[in-house]
Amino acid sequence: MRLNELTIHEAHAKLSKKEISSEELTEACLETIDKKDKSIFAFITKIPDQALKQAKEIDEKISHGEKVGPLAGIPVAIKDNMCIDGVKTTAGSKMLENFISPYDATVIKKLREAGAIFLGKTNMDEFAMGSSTENSYLGPTKNPHDLERVPGGSSGGSAASVASNETIYALGSDTGGSIRQPASFCGVIGLKPTYSRVSRFGLIAMASSLDQIGPITKDVEDASLVLNAISGKDKLDSTSSVGVEVDFRKSLVPDIRDVKIGIPKEYFAKGIDLKVKKMVQAAIDKLESLGAKIRKISLPHTEYALACYYIIMPSEISANLARYDGIKFGYSAPEDALLDVYLRSRGQGFGDEVRRRIMLGTFTLSAGYWEAYYLKAQKVRTLIRKDFDQAFKKVDVIITPTSPTVAFKIGEKVIDPLTMYLSDMYTVSANLAGIPGISIPCGFVKTQKDKMLPVGLQILGKHFDEEMILRVAYTYEQNTR
Amino acid sequence: MDYKPTIGLEIHVELKTESKMFCACKNMQTSVSKNTNGHELEEPNTVVCPVCMGFPGTLPVINKKAVEYVLETALALNCQISGFSKFDRKNYFYPDLPKGYQISQYDLPLARSGFLNLSKSKKIRIRRIHLEEDTGKLIHPEGEDYSLVDFNRAGVPLMEIVTEPDIELAKEAGKFCRVLQLILRYLKVSNADMEKGEMRCEVNISLQNEKRKTKNVKLGTKVEIKNLNSFRAVEGAIKHEIKRQTKVLNKGEKIIQETRGWDANEEVTIPQRIKEEAQDYRYFPEPDLPPLKIDKSWVLKLKSEIPELPHLKQERFIKEYNLTRAQAKILVANKDLGDYFERVISETKAWLEARKDLGKGARARTIKLASNWILSNLQNLLKDSQIKVPQCKISPENFAEFIEMLHEQKISSTGGQKVLLEMFKTGKDPSHIIEEKNLAQVGDRAVLGSIVDKAIKENDVAVGDFKKGKIQALKFLVGQVMRESKGRANPQVVEKILRERLK
Repeated sequence: MRLNELTIHEAHAKLSKKEISSEELTEACLETIDKKDKSIFAFITKIPDQALKQAKEIDEKISHGEKVGPLAGIPVAIKDNMCIDGVKTTAGSKMLENFISPYDATVIKKLREAGAIFLGKTNMDEFAMGSSTENSYLGPTKNPHDLERVPGGSSGGSAASVASNETIYALGSDTGGSIRQPASFCGVIGLKPTYSRVSRFGLIAMASSLDQIGPITKDVEDASLVLNAISGKDKLDSTSSVGVEVDFRKSLVPDIRDVKIGIPKEYFAKGIDLKVKKMVQAAIDKLESLGAKIRKISLPHTEYALACYYIIMPSEISANLARYDGIKFGYSAPEDALLDVYLRSRGQGFGDEVRRRIMLGTFTLSAGYWEAYYLKAQKVRTLIRKDFDQAFKKVDVIITPTSPTVAFKIGEKVIDPLTMYLSDMYTVSANLAGIPGISIPCGFVKTQKDKMLPVGLQILGKHFDEEMILRVAYTYEQNTR
Repeated sequence: MDYKPTIGLEIHVELKTESKMFCACKNMQTSVSKNTNGHELEEPNTVVCPVCMGFPGTLPVINKKAVEYVLETALALNCQISGFSKFDRKNYFYPDLPKGYQISQYDLPLARSGFLNLSKSKKIRIRRIHLEEDTGKLIHPEGEDYSLVDFNRAGVPLMEIVTEPDIELAKEAGKFCRVLQLILRYLKVSNADMEKGEMRCEVNISLQNEKRKTKNVKLGTKVEIKNLNSFRAVEGAIKHEIKRQTKVLNKGEKIIQETRGWDANEEVTIPQRIKEEAQDYRYFPEPDLPPLKIDKSWVLKLKSEIPELPHLKQERFIKEYNLTRAQAKILVANKDLGDYFERVISETKAWLEARKDLGKGARARTIKLASNWILSNLQNLLKDSQIKVPQCKISPENFAEFIEMLHEQKISSTGGQKVLLEMFKTGKDPSHIIEEKNLAQVGDRAVLGSIVDKAIKENDVAVGDFKKGKIQALKFLVGQVMRESKGRANPQVVEKILRERLK
């Protein structure tokens, strides 16, 4: 086994026993990036010198007999919408093509303190808007399972880098499915924590009330280790929650005999690929065979989720992206008149999807339309949240497909935004409700060209009950190896 | 034709917190060094951080002190405090606005429905008070084709106070601003210096035909006057605007709804921007900040900490110290001087306790001496040397001792002037100065007797006049003795001796 193929916990064990060094591990990842990333394009920015320097520092500590934490000396790839001090942070946009962040995001600070080795910044849909990473100004990322296909999005670079073993793990961000859907398309683990569990400080905002940072990893145990490191109250993010400190590793118990699983009928109706449906059903059967109780449930407002999401999210975007005006940082069109600076900087600096959503959001917040759109969407959001509250009175987790299809072909949907939006139909509800969700691989679908494309199983849990979804995910994983 | 003006004010106040509204940057009003003109010495864009510059990924954190300052102001203005409040985003583009939106409050301000009494018969109702962040400053270098932005001020907490349109006269508006300024200073929530932009006033004014006034008739077209940076400007702009609008209406023309500015040199309002329709700020709740729950115990605690407010202090001064209304007003308007006065009075307490022998009116006499000497002599010294009360070298203890000496006639009023000047210059205590400069009042009959004799000898005419019954002549003779004693003689004793000798 090559070192770059290790999981976090495997690598940690080897580092602790001094079987390998962090430098070797980092080198292995960097070499793989050199070899594979020309065709995959998971990374926008690579910082090999810094990475190796960090690795040597950790090796120094270990050689001195210092005990290091589970993430120390282990390489990580960061989605390019999280700020690392002194490193370019583009958010996949021309607008920030040359923007160097003057500070560390809270998650970066936490990982730095945990001894993580930053390999670089991964590709993403511009400002995290998209489901395929095709909206990146810097070019699309390819799916390691089939280079003609998308890795999903918007954290496509992060998911692809993990799936191709260019890194040991990665961080992504999830506003409507942007961790889970690419994890599903790339056959890796993607965890979206409860809203407020992880500080958003230093995450370039897309939609503030929906955005959440989470890990993309090779197995469930790794996801729990990363969540341990990045979660917690942050005084720089007023929306971050106090939450009791939990050791998520403790939830890795391969036993679900007392667990009740809800299967919402609305998630298996129209629009789902039959092969995906079959794989997910097989996974549910497997969980039942492992002792879980399966319950049919209903989340009646599901059909409104996507519409609700596409009003609230653009509304917040229209304000969050107003700061990119060509005055202080980022792309600035050289014009004489102020209005022209605004119009050209934003017109040229933003891509189609970003401009589309800014316009949508500006409209839905406008006088005369506000009540009919924004306010109504907020009410629907409350109903969706209540659907989950009701459901979780009867079941411990809810299981659905992560996405209605497997990875689609590059260029297949990018011309039709509405079709693209449907790719998130199973994931947006969790963001609207603020609940945690994880996507784990549950099998493959064979393409006509004999490529094996992964299918993702989504497990949703109650607010702050990541332990339960990790436990179900872990149990499934341990019994399907 | 006469028209009735209807005037409402919107007043922005920069709060004097240690740090900015949503980040840890220093607040210019409190922490930034200023030169004697009050101009900031800080280089542009140096009191900034990624948060107040609106850098990608940054988030706001509410400054609790700023919320408390607004709540204190609201309590002082008799407002109802909201139990539940929130921040909203006000969206518009301008180069001095780093995020492309201002974090403000829209439909749930921190406080509503208050009032401020200008007099027994005039009450100005307060519609709402909310909290927001200040913008940066645009600088337009003369003769250049570019503008510069300074973000040092961006993110400073800004309180907005909106009145109901209860004001009818320019001088009422001026008075409202002055009274409000004093309250803000008493609360220590802002220096509220209009010249420095710490308190900024916007006037909304419309004129209505008195005769056609019925319940159904709408108010006249509203004109907004912005950028008024002094009380004088507020009053001047209103006066001019009433004249201007009256003229327009009398010509049978219509008032245009617009925003006007104030030209202080010409003393006229000038058109700035025509408001065709209300600008759409697309307000929505700030998703980066949780709503504010303001519990009653917090409000009660703040209420208990509110200092005595100016109007109450004025009444107390009149009642407790038997001051005239005019005297009380000065001591209230100049809070430092008022505090100084009270400290002096309290310093005399022990002495009055010890000198019960001085009789019943002793306290009243002491207060009268103190108020007179502080309001005339000390205030003049301060004014002439342009020194503020906190920088005055005379400690209240020393001033109290000085008053006691006057009371005990250890020094004369003439000598007192010299002693006070010396105290003011050096900060030394009065007894040392009297000793050093030999200024103690002389009441010793033996000492004074010889001076009196000398005066009688040298002033035959006056002596003759007095004996003929001219009281004026006695005053003259006392004066001679005073001069001879270099002002140290006790004039009452001198007069007594003179009367005895000239019987």
